[in-house]
Amino acid sequence: MTARNPLTALDRPNSYIGRAVPRPNLTRLLQGRGQYVSDMTLPRMGHVAFVRSPYAHAKILGIDVAEAKAMPGVIAVVTGAELAKVCSPWVGVLSHLKGLKSAPQHAIAVDRACWQGEAVCAVIAETRAQAEDAAERIFVNYEELEPVTDMERALEPDAVVIHPELGDNLAFERNLDAGEVDKAIAEADAVVEADFLFGRHTGVTLEPRAIIADWNPGEGRLTVHQGTQAPHMMQNIIAKHLDLEEAQVRVVCHDVGGSFGIKVHVYADEMAVAALSKLLRRPVKFVADRIESFNTDIHARDHRCKGKIAVKSDGTITAFVIDDITAIGPYSMYPRTSAIEANQVVNLVGGQYTNMNYRARARVVFQNKNVTCQYRAVGHPIACSVTEGLVDLAARAIGMDPAAIRRKNLIPDDAYPTGSASGLKFEALSHHASLDKLLAMMNYDALRAEQAELRKKGIYRGIGLATFIEVTNPSAAFYGVGGARISSQDGVAVRLEATGRIVVQTSITEQGQGSEAITAQVTAHALGVPMERVRVILGDTDNTPYGGGTWASRAAGIGGEAAWQAGKALKANILAVAATILQSSADALDIVNGFVVDKGTDAERLPLEEVARIAYFRPDTLPPGFQSELMVVRHFVPRQYPFAFTNGIQASYLEVDPDTGFVTLLKHWCVEDCGTVINPQLVDEQIRGGIVQGIGPALYEHCRYDENGQLTNASMADYLVPMAAEMPDIEVAHVVSPTLESELGAKGAGEAGTAGAPAAVVNAVNDALAPFDVRITEIPMTPEVILRALGKV
Amino acid sequence: MKAAAFDYARPATLDEALGLLRRHGDAAKIVSGGQSLVPALNLRLLSPEILIDIGRIDALRGITVEGGTVRIGALTRHVELMNSAPVAEKLPLVAEAIPHVAHPAIRNRGTIGGNIAHADPASEMPAVLQALDAVIVVRSADGERRIAAEEFFTGIYETALRADEIVTAVEVPAAKAGERFFFHEFARRSGDYAIVGLAVRMTVSGASASNVRLGFFAVGDKATLAEKAAAALSAGPVTAATVAAAQAALADDLTPQDDQQASAATRLHLARVVLGRAVAALLEDPSLAGRTAA
Amino acid sequence: MTASVSITLKVNGETVSADVPPRMHLADFLRERLALTGTHIGCEHGVCGACSVRLNGEVVRGCLVLAVQADGAEVLTVEGLSDSGEIADLQEAFRNRNALQCGYCTPGMLLTAQELLAQGGVPDRETIREHMSGNYCRCTGYQAIVDAVETTAAARAAARG
Repeated sequence: MTARNPLTALDRPNSYIGRAVPRPNLTRLLQGRGQYVSDMTLPRMGHVAFVRSPYAHAKILGIDVAEAKAMPGVIAVVTGAELAKVCSPWVGVLSHLKGLKSAPQHAIAVDRACWQGEAVCAVIAETRAQAEDAAERIFVNYEELEPVTDMERALEPDAVVIHPELGDNLAFERNLDAGEVDKAIAEADAVVEADFLFGRHTGVTLEPRAIIADWNPGEGRLTVHQGTQAPHMMQNIIAKHLDLEEAQVRVVCHDVGGSFGIKVHVYADEMAVAALSKLLRRPVKFVADRIESFNTDIHARDHRCKGKIAVKSDGTITAFVIDDITAIGPYSMYPRTSAIEANQVVNLVGGQYTNMNYRARARVVFQNKNVTCQYRAVGHPIACSVTEGLVDLAARAIGMDPAAIRRKNLIPDDAYPTGSASGLKFEALSHHASLDKLLAMMNYDALRAEQAELRKKGIYRGIGLATFIEVTNPSAAFYGVGGARISSQDGVAVRLEATGRIVVQTSITEQGQGSEAITAQVTAHALGVPMERVRVILGDTDNTPYGGGTWASRAAGIGGEAAWQAGKALKANILAVAATILQSSADALDIVNGFVVDKGTDAERLPLEEVARIAYFRPDTLPPGFQSELMVVRHFVPRQYPFAFTNGIQASYLEVDPDTGFVTLLKHWCVEDCGTVINPQLVDEQIRGGIVQGIGPALYEHCRYDENGQLTNASMADYLVPMAAEMPDIEVAHVVSPTLESELGAKGAGEAGTAGAPAAVVNAVNDALAPFDVRITEIPMTPEVILRALGKV
Repeated sequence: MKAAAFDYARPATLDEALGLLRRHGDAAKIVSGGQSLVPALNLRLLSPEILIDIGRIDALRGITVEGGTVRIGALTRHVELMNSAPVAEKLPLVAEAIPHVAHPAIRNRGTIGGNIAHADPASEMPAVLQALDAVIVVRSADGERRIAAEEFFTGIYETALRADEIVTAVEVPAAKAGERFFFHEFARRSGDYAIVGLAVRMTVSGASASNVRLGFFAVGDKATLAEKAAAALSAGPVTAATVAAAQAALADDLTPQDDQQASAATRLHLARVVLGRAVAALLEDPSLAGRTAA
Repeated sequence: MTASVSITLKVNGETVSADVPPRMHLADFLRERLALTGTHIGCEHGVCGACSVRLNGEVVRGCLVLAVQADGAEVLTVEGLSDSGEIADLQEAFRNRNALQCGYCTPGMLLTAQELLAQGGVPDRETIREHMSGNYCRCTGYQAIVDAVETTAAARAAARG
C-alpha cells in the first residue's frame, strides 16, 4: 500500500473503504423505528413551555404567575431569578480571539430581555398543551427599551449600548494587512468594488431542538437526552453551570433529526431545562416548536461586506480588500462564540488564489436580534461569495472569460505545501485538476454556445462558477487554544465479543451524515471482518471514549482515523492470540472475512469466534504469562496542520426571466477534493445536500426583521426553504488528494456544498443578466431584488 | 405549539349545524377539511369556543351538472375537483387552477367551501370563481342566499358570509362556445401562495376580445376583478396599445400591498406582466406579451 | 367545556378506542396515545410534510387533522406500511440510494411517494419533484429521493410487464 493510493483497491473481501456501502442504521429509520428525543417519554416527565419576550429589548419589571400556577396540569412556574439560583450564567468568549467581549447570559432572562423570543419564564405542566395554556396566563410587566437593530447604527457613538458595562456594541474586530495592497491597486489595470449583502438565515432542522433532562436525586446524576452534535462538550458545560461534577452528568444522543451546526451550541432554554429538572427532581422535556425554532435556533450570516479587487489586463489578480461587518445578536454564543464566522471570512477570502496582497477588516457587532453563531460552512459562503463575486466582476471589467481568469489565478496544483495571504497553510489542494474536471463534466464550451444562441431568442441563461477552499479536520486551533473544553481529538474503542462479533464505541456522533456507517466500514476493513458483524455505539458520554463529536467536517477525518488505528491494533491483538493458539507467528497470519488465515494463501485457520471462545472461556489453554487483549482504544488528532483544507469548484446553470425576476435552476455541478473518499455515496450526498442548503439563502431563505427587532416571518409559510420542485439535479465528481497527516488520508466534505453554492448561483444570475448590464450582490435574490436591479420596479 | 382548548360538535345534518351556529355565533368556527383552520388553531391565532364539524353532512357533497351550470357541493375536496370529468369538460379554468392549490396532501383534505369561506387573498379559487361569474350559495337557519362571487369576497379573510351562515355550494356557469381561459400564477415555490396570479375568461373572435373577466389574486386584500383593464381589452381589436392601456388601467383596478414576498410595486409590475402574457396566449399572438429583450 | 370525545378508529389494521381532547391533532394522537412515533412533527402548521399519514386511503397532514375527525376512519402510518410490506421495495430503494440522512422526513416522504407510485406508470422526474414538493428535507437536497422513487417506479412497471 502506498501512501498516495491507500486502501481503495477492492481486492479483498472486506475492502469497504472507497465503497458505496448502504448505512446500517437506515433500515430502522425507514420503518419509522428511529428514536429521536422528541419521541421519548419518561415516567413523571413534565413538559416545558417558555414565556418569551415579545420585545427586542425590554426591562422586566415584574412577573405575575399566580393565575398560571393554578391552571390545570401545572407542575411549576419558574422565573429567571428563581432559576439563577440553580444555574450560573456564562460568557461566550475565547482567549485566542483577542479583544472579543460579551456579557453574562442567563438560562432565563432575569431582569432584561435582549431579543424577541428570549425566554423570560418557564411553565412545567403534565402536557405541552397545558403548559402553553398556563403560559398565556403569565403576565410580564415590561418596560420597553430602545432596540439596537441596524449593525452600522449600532457602532455610532450615540447608539444605545446593549451591555453598558462593555462600553460599546463592538464585540470583536480583526484587521489584517498582507503584502502591498496600496501599491497593487495603484498599479492595477482595473479595480472593481462591490457591496455584498447577505440575508440572515437559519438552519431549520426538520426535528426541532429537543432535550429531556432527568435528575435522579437518589443517584445524584443528571441524564440528559439531547439532540446535540457534541455530547462531551455538553456534559462539561451542564456540569459546570449546575455546580455538578462532570461525572454526575451523562449526555445521550439518540437519533437526531438534522443538525448542520444548529445543534452544537449551548442554548439558554436547553440549559434551563437541565436546571429545571434538578430543581423539580423529575424529568423535564422541551421540544422547540417551529415558531420557537425560528426565534431561538441560532441564525447566521448577517453580513455586509465591502469588497475590492485589483486586476491586471492579463487577468492576474493583484489585490483583495474586504471590510466586513456582521451582527450577532445581543450575546456571543457560548462556548464557541459568535466571532468565529467573521474570523473565518477574513481567513478565507482569496485563499484559493496566488495573490498575496490582501487587506481585511471584520467587525462583529451586538444588536437586539436573535443570536447568530456557527452554521454549516461557517463563514465560507460569505468568503466565497465575496471572492468569486469580485473575480467575476474583474473578469467582466477586463473582458475575460470567468473560467480563464480562474485558471490564471488559482494556486497551481504543484505548488504545495503553500499558504495564503491570510496565513492559512495548505498541505495539498487540486484547484486546477478540479477546474478542468468541472469544465469537462459540464461541457462548458458547449454550454456557452447554447447560452449565446438562446440569448438571440430572448432567453437569458447564465453560467456561474465558484471555486472555494473548505476548513475541515480542525485541530485544537479552533477552540481548544482559546480555553474552551471542546475536544479536538476523537477516540474509538473496538472489541471482539465472545461470539466473534465486533463492537465499536466512538466519540463522533451521528445526525445523518453516516458517521455510524463509515466507522463500521473503516473498522471492518481494518480488521478484515464483514461489516454486518460490526455494531457501532455512539452519542453517549457513559459509553464512548472522550471526544469532540461531529462538527466542522471532522468525523470522517479524525474519528475515521481513530477507528482505523483502533481496528488495526485490535487485529494485531487478535492475531497474537491466534498465533499462540496455532503455534504460529502473528506475522504469518492475517484476518479475512472473519477468519484467521495464512497470510499469502488466505487458507482459513480459525474463525474469529473460535479465537474469542478460547480467549474468553479457555484462557487456561493459553501459555502462562500470555494475556489476550481483545479490546483496544485509539485516539487521533491532526498535529501538523491546524486544519485540513479541501478545495472544490461548483457551477450553476440557470435561467432568469427578466420580466418577472424569477430564476429557474437548470443544473448544478460540483467537483471537490476531500482526500480519500471512504464512502463515495455518502460524500456525494453530503455535497448535494450542502449545495441545496446553499441555494436556499441564495434565492429564498431570509430571517426578516423589522426596524423594531421583530422577526416578521417566523413560520414555514413565510420563511421559504428549498423544496423538491425547484431544486436542480446536481452532478458531483472528485479529485483525490489525501492528507498525509493520517493513514486514511480522509478530509472533510460537509461544508463544501454550502460553501460554494450561493456564489455559483449569484454569479450565474449576473451572467444571465449581463446583456442588461446588471450587477446583483445581494442575497437572497428574490424576484423583487432582481426586478429592482433591472429597473423594472 | 398546541391549540387552545375548544369543544367539538359533529352535526349529522345541515339544519343541525345551522342551529348550532346560530346558538354559538362568533364563538364557533365551522370546520370540514381544516386545512386553513387547523394551522390557525395550532398557532393560537384563533381560539374558538367550539368547532362545528360539517365534514359528514352528505347533502354538502357532490358535483352535478344542471343545464349550463355546474354545482359543486361545499365539501367537495380539491382532489375531487382535480379528478372530476364534468369539471374537466365544463370548467377548464377550474381544472387548470386546482393543481396550483397547495400540495397533494392538502388537496386530499381541503374543500372548496373551506377555501372560499377562508377567503385568503392569495388563494386561487376566489379569483377563478369571480372570473367565471360563479354564485356562492350560503345558508342560515333563516334560509338560503345566493351571492355573486364578486360580491362575496370583501377583504383579508373576510366575506359576505354572516356569522350564522355556512357555504353550501358554488354554482359555476359551464364554458360556452368561443370562450377561452387562462390561468397563471407567479409563486416562489410550487404550491406556495402566489405573489401574483390571474384567472381569465374571455370570448375571442379574430383579434377582438369580449366578455372579458380578469380575476386577479394575491395583489390586494382580496381576489379582485380588474374591470377597467377588462374594458380596455374589450375596446376594439386587441393590439399592443390596448394591452398597454389595460396594463396601465391595473393601477386603478388593483390595490397591491407590501408583504414578505414582494412590494406593492413589484406586485403591480407582475400583474401587468401576467396580463400581457394572458392576452398573448388567449389571442395566440406572442408579441402581445411584450417580453423584455436586451 | 372542552370535554373529551370518544373515538374509535382503525390504525394500522387494529381497532383503537380512546377519549381525546378535541384540540389534539392526529399526529399527536398517534405519537402520544399510541406511541407510533414514526409519524414525525416538524412544523405543526401544515407546511413540512413530516407528519404525513394515510387517512381513508389518502395521504394527509397529520397535524392538520384533528383526532376527533378521524373517528371511524382507517389510518395507516409508516409503521403499518412497513409491517405489511407494501413499501418494502421503496424502502430498499431509499436505503440503496442513501435517500435519507437524518431520517426525520423519511416517513412522510415514503407515504407521499407511495401515493404517487400507486397511480401507476413511471412518472418523470419533474412529476416526482412536483408531487413531493410539499415535503421538506434539509439533508439530501432531494435528488436521491427523486432517484429512489424513480427507480421504484421503473422496477414496479417492469414487474407488471
